[in-house]
Amino acid sequence: MHYRCRPVGLFAVFEAGLLKMRCHVVDVLQQVGGQLAEVYPSKPIYDIPGYPEIQARQLIERLMEQIASFRPGYTLGERVESVERQTDGSLVIATNDGTQIACKVLVIAAGLGCFEPRKPNIDDLSKYEGHGVSYMIKDHNVFENKKVVLAGGGDAALDWAILLADIAQKITLVHRGNTFRGSPDSAQKVVDLAKQGKMDLILESNLIAVNGQESLESVLLEGRDKSITELQADYLIPLFGLSPHLGPITNWQLSIDKSAIPVNPVDYSTDSERIYAIGDINTYPGKLNLILCGFHEAALMAQSAFKYVFPDQKLSFKYTTVYGKPTI
Amino acid sequence: MINITIQNIEEETAVLDVQQFEGHSLMEALKSSGYDLLAACGGMALCASCRIEIEKGIGALAEPFGQELDTLDVLPDAAISSRLSCQLKVNQEMDGMHIRIPKS
Repeated sequence: MHYRCRPVGLFAVFEAGLLKMRCHVVDVLQQVGGQLAEVYPSKPIYDIPGYPEIQARQLIERLMEQIASFRPGYTLGERVESVERQTDGSLVIATNDGTQIACKVLVIAAGLGCFEPRKPNIDDLSKYEGHGVSYMIKDHNVFENKKVVLAGGGDAALDWAILLADIAQKITLVHRGNTFRGSPDSAQKVVDLAKQGKMDLILESNLIAVNGQESLESVLLEGRDKSITELQADYLIPLFGLSPHLGPITNWQLSIDKSAIPVNPVDYSTDSERIYAIGDINTYPGKLNLILCGFHEAALMAQSAFKYVFPDQKLSFKYTTVYGKPTI
Repeated sequence: MINITIQNIEEETAVLDVQQFEGHSLMEALKSSGYDLLAACGGMALCASCRIEIEKGIGALAEPFGQELDTLDVLPDAAISSRLSCQLKVNQEMDGMHIRIPKS
């Protein structure tokens, strides 16, 4: 079982598959590929053996092709919240959506953590999360006839402002700058909608406070000139991009050292039996945060994990050039 | 010597000579010197997890542009003093600069 399907996690599926260990992959993102797919899909990578140059997205596609015959299962768009050990030593993981998966081994290949919405540093903001404050839009119909404040200057803020202009009773876009770095077309549309009176555009202002009783009722803005404005709001949607966090991993009783999990470099096992950590998420003397090092870690991890998955079998080392790929 | 005064996330202050990193990014210099920066995107100005605040000496730096400006512009609490250390090349002009690593 693998938590997160980043490149190293995907290759671990392959290495496990060579030993006939079938994997189930869980990732908080809706797509496989982790940081590569989320943050830099089109960036070229130059240090993957055999590829003088390959785009991050292409590498993920090649890895997906490579592991397909091992038929991994996928749970995407869910985050592993907890890990519970059973009396026989095996593990049951539970996601934020209530999915439970039983496994004999857990491999954490979470890169630098979950990429979660970046939150503004405002007192009591968390109190209103789910009660007017949201960092993503799942169903835009809930905003019908509501007063909505969007904050941010990137593509997400611009795109949602344009869409919600026809749905919300009132839409206000707040941006700390005076220009938008998102798509010029979207920025122009937003400016046009503001001119037409279909949305309010407040530039050079920052969110500084949120207010309300049970749910959000208003937000306070501070202008660059220090002027304070209060806006009535049923919803506040801060859209400031994503930032990496370890997330619930910190609650799994594993040692953590500077946002990484210390492992034994012999097999990349953590200090909790049957739990391994590979790729950027781990740390050990001499650690290099390189994809190719993560691939190496995946191979050694799989050899070590075999004893938990097939305790009655003896592991024999095999070359793919001699034995090919097994079927699972 | 290129001495930079650095305040870490525990608000401890130290002076670091980054001469040996001249020509490399300040993010690399800080990471190599043991400072706790994630630098998740590895230096592409995409994730902002190497952000620093320039407390003194910002005049020695060229204005942010391109991807650095794009990324800084969407941060909720970025200020004029905010920079992405991955986009700052260590050079002699940085001598005497004071920086702060904010809590992420």
